[in-house]
Amino acid sequence: MIPFHYTRAVDARSAVETVAGRPGAAFLSGGTNLVDHMKLGLATPDLLVDVSRLPLDTVEIAEDGRVHIGATVRNSDAAAHPLIRERYPALSSALLSGASGQIRNLATVGGNLLQRTRCVYFQDLTTPCNKRSPGAGCAAIGGYTRDHAILGTSTQCIATHPSDMAVALAAFDAELVVLGVDGERRVGLNQLYRSPGTSPHRDTILEHGELITGVELPEIAVARHSTYRKVRDRASYAFALVSVAAALAIEDGLITEARVALGGVAHRPWRAHTLEGALRGRPASEETYRRAAVAELTEAHVRPGNAFKIPLVTNTLVAVLRQLAKERL
Amino acid sequence: METPLTLRVDGEDRMLTVDTRTTILDALRDRLGIMAAKKGCDHGQCGACTVLLDGRRALTCLLLAVAHEGAHILTAAGLAEDDHLHPMQQAFLDHDGLQCGYCTPGQICSAVAMLDEFAAGHPSAVTCGQDGPTELTTEEIRERMSGNLCRCGAYDGIVAAVRQVAAR
Repeated sequence: MIPFHYTRAVDARSAVETVAGRPGAAFLSGGTNLVDHMKLGLATPDLLVDVSRLPLDTVEIAEDGRVHIGATVRNSDAAAHPLIRERYPALSSALLSGASGQIRNLATVGGNLLQRTRCVYFQDLTTPCNKRSPGAGCAAIGGYTRDHAILGTSTQCIATHPSDMAVALAAFDAELVVLGVDGERRVGLNQLYRSPGTSPHRDTILEHGELITGVELPEIAVARHSTYRKVRDRASYAFALVSVAAALAIEDGLITEARVALGGVAHRPWRAHTLEGALRGRPASEETYRRAAVAELTEAHVRPGNAFKIPLVTNTLVAVLRQLAKERL
Repeated sequence: METPLTLRVDGEDRMLTVDTRTTILDALRDRLGIMAAKKGCDHGQCGACTVLLDGRRALTCLLLAVAHEGAHILTAAGLAEDDHLHPMQQAFLDHDGLQCGYCTPGQICSAVAMLDEFAAGHPSAVTCGQDGPTELTTEEIRERMSGNLCRCGAYDGIVAAVRQVAAR
């Protein structure tokens, strides 16, 4: 680890000014990803601005029914909060599907959103990686691809975004409150993450020095009946091969509303708009689910190491939708 | 980048000066001679370094000491009172919840905190419906302890030990 300075932020605005004004500075919150990356030599900040104790650690509901989750709320506290469990069970479930009890106690909501890919090549400084060093090449393409993306990939990067929480937030159209030197702005969760394209080194659209101060969830009736299913290589404490966050509303046997996002398949949480469109107005049946899943994956680009994700995503989607429909009928 | 620091470890205030790069794990072991927290993977993957940080289980290998001035740290060594083992420590002995013992201090800290979380009604991935979990089943224990790896494979004994304490 290279030497660095450490300072504890007194307020969000000055923290933003400090980091924005220094190219080598980085925000530190739970540190569960950043400190590991500093040990690996992947991240080399010369100044850490610790925002973990800023008073952004509450979950609150506004008069209009929006739920605001502060950026420094710990993952375990967000998952256990009554408002989240009652109104967005898929979010609670997604949070609890990630990492371990110890890590969830440290990791914050803001940090969870900005964690970086677990692509083995990204984390291995001895292999080429366009995300780590732009233009270096991609060792994953033609290499080990079991954990890699099948949707929205580019010729430069096939990494996946590792967050479970973000998949649920994508399904619910969460908005981020972002503070920059020029003030506050709002960024939709589904606009936060980039496709890799020709600049995979940029995970998100945030500028250096911008700080996520909170996450806001709109009031969504159907979200109260949502679920999250994660498929992985061991029963717990592993990243997703594939995951699904979904909510479904059914009236008179017809699907009236569907919200579905996928994890483990793309550089970003993948909101399944094509699938949602193919579900809406159709009978809640196995055939509908399967057709919709197939439609979503039309553009998928698989490799020998991850071709299994096509049937895995399809079957997981069908299973989740069947379960939700059973609960709603 | 030396920084003076006070940590309260196992009930005792310890003052030290650390480089900003020092993790709590390294501060405990290399600077304070407290060996209960173990260094396994040093990357947050094995749980051997688990302690109770201000009452909650945490991985000390991922925590920078400078960021935790004044923190209360309880290691497995601090769980015992005088000559009396903590019930969780005794349960691990009773049920052979270990072989080589390297992961054991982390397992015990994790198990103690996990029972507190369960008592507080915290959900887990196996029971995350609206209502809190009511029974600490084997499946619950395994899920809630999944952040602590045991390469000897003493898991059955560990689950039995946790059940024994949970039943008290």
